Amino acid sequence: MTYRLTDEHVELRAVVRELAEERIAPRAAEIDAKAEFPWDLKELLAKQDLLGTPFPAAFGGTELDGIGQAIVVEEIARADATTSLIPIVQKLASLPILLAGNEEQKARYLPRLASGEWLIAFGLSEASAGSDVAAMRTRARRDGDDYLLSGSKRFITHGSIANVVIVFALTDPAVGGRKGSSAFIVETDTPGFSAPRLEHKMGIRGSPTAELNLDEVRVPAANRLGDEGDGFRIAMATLDRSRVSIAAQAVGIAQGATDFALGYAAQRDQFGKPVAELQGIQFMLADMASQTEAARQLTYAAAAAVDAGAPDLGYLTSSAKLVAGDTAMRVTTDAVQVLGGYGFISEYPVERMMRDAKITQLYEGTQQIQRLVIARQLLQRAGVRRSAAR
Amino acid sequence: MKIVVCIKQVPATTAEKRYTSDLRLDRMASESVINPLDEYAIEQALRLLESGAVESVGYLSIGPESAAEALRRALAMGGDDAWLVSDQALAGSDEWATARVLAAALDRLAPDVALMGMASDDARGSLVPGAVAAMRGLPLLSYGSELTVKGDAARIRRLTAAGFDIVEAPLPVVATVTDQVGEPRYASLKGIMAARRKPMETWSLADLGLDPDELHGAALTRVIEARKPEAKTPTERIENVSPDEAVARIADRLAAWKLI
Repeated sequence: MTYRLTDEHVELRAVVRELAEERIAPRAAEIDAKAEFPWDLKELLAKQDLLGTPFPAAFGGTELDGIGQAIVVEEIARADATTSLIPIVQKLASLPILLAGNEEQKARYLPRLASGEWLIAFGLSEASAGSDVAAMRTRARRDGDDYLLSGSKRFITHGSIANVVIVFALTDPAVGGRKGSSAFIVETDTPGFSAPRLEHKMGIRGSPTAELNLDEVRVPAANRLGDEGDGFRIAMATLDRSRVSIAAQAVGIAQGATDFALGYAAQRDQFGKPVAELQGIQFMLADMASQTEAARQLTYAAAAAVDAGAPDLGYLTSSAKLVAGDTAMRVTTDAVQVLGGYGFISEYPVERMMRDAKITQLYEGTQQIQRLVIARQLLQRAGVRRSAAR
Repeated sequence: MKIVVCIKQVPATTAEKRYTSDLRLDRMASESVINPLDEYAIEQALRLLESGAVESVGYLSIGPESAAEALRRALAMGGDDAWLVSDQALAGSDEWATARVLAAALDRLAPDVALMGMASDDARGSLVPGAVAAMRGLPLLSYGSELTVKGDAARIRRLTAAGFDIVEAPLPVVATVTDQVGEPRYASLKGIMAARRKPMETWSLADLGLDPDELHGAALTRVIEARKPEAKTPTERIENVSPDEAVARIADRLAAWKLI
């Protein structure tokens, strides 16, 4: 996949970096310590049009290309991973509407999502249906012109603060989640919808991760995305595209840790000179920088593949997420090492970055699921048939 | 009612400044930004635009072609159009030459208010606004913490040791504002995208009817030397003593300097 950074991309990075350094980075430690959603920064991002980047201009978005969207996420994550989830989840959960929504659904929801007036969440995972998405148990029973949704969802980012949630539910339990699920746009003020519990997490602590309860939630059939039975297909098409955002988030976290470790090593004196002059430290910094750069380039290639509608885009997006997530974990761990004991304490930001990095290896498909996606494409290219049972 | 904000592109304060062999600032060597004090002038102009007190805001700058980036960034914050005066003969201009060129360009643009920051972050001469006003024979309203325009007059509120001065002058005027006007806004993404389509014109000295020879090689003054500040005397540290002892020693030292 060929791609090229334009002058506009370079300008975009400079603008978002300035905003992130001046307004987001100073809030990061407090957001983490208090585990509070940064409503002020959500407003700031909305005001700067940074929540509307994936949306068509006709719906009030700024319609950036995939690389531009990745740059926005990357630069915010470089300052604070929690805050970067605001544009990430806004895109993730809007993708089902963008990909499968009809004109009425787009006109009703996209403008409010592009402006940031409304937040949206992606309700796919359940307590017993994580990597095995098709094992979902939430039901949608047809009732006249409506559906009645019942069940529960778990690990739903922004689930407790969203105005709308895309809920995946079984419309035909007899055939199972793969062929018998459908996607619904659910407004969270509908009676029967609740978010009774939040998770306590090691990282991205300011981003509420909610358990959702659906008790006979009445949803108009007009809010079903695509046809009955399209749910699994919509979910997979969404994740194939959205995981570029997680790769970009991971790259941003890694870059933030690299930059901080470099600055620290340059001013920390031991044995009468800055530790940056010690070759052992230099080797670590060189590995951190080069690995982050490699992850970044793969992420941009994946973003370009999504824009081009490449048939094997999942191969690149999964590769980018796999490489970038592992890079973020390794680089942030090394950043703590460069700072020594100071890296382990909350006075410096690298321990937070290390805790935040871990989630990039877990959500929107664990690293093991990414490998399955990659391997499936490899085998397909090689003409190896998959067994029917998976 | 039209405001033209005069802005200057300067090296970022965080960047290390380098000089060329002829003692000019090497602008290629460091990241360039809009002079931070000019951003307050931009903010003030845009607030007047938003309140409906003025109909249009434009930007004027003198500099190399790369100064167009600063104008583009200003347009991303808001406003309508921009002009860049760029001419090889202007390399190394001092305050006098800068004021001459700005005055000529402003004569052509004829704004009701020519608005500037209180100083530039790199040279800090603070002479240009007064010189432009004098050359154009216009009133100068300087160091405003707020600028308002009403009818055919402009008014500033200027912070003084005793309180505020309210100063008013008939339009057109040259005015400068301080960082008291309020925090400059960030350019929004839509602003950045819109700025790419806003009109920007580049003028040479000939376009302004100015003769390079008349500008005396673009300067009445000449830099004869540039050097780094002398190394400071080492800091004296008072450590590992009780607070009472430390206070006594600091007091002795301040007394020896006749500061207390």
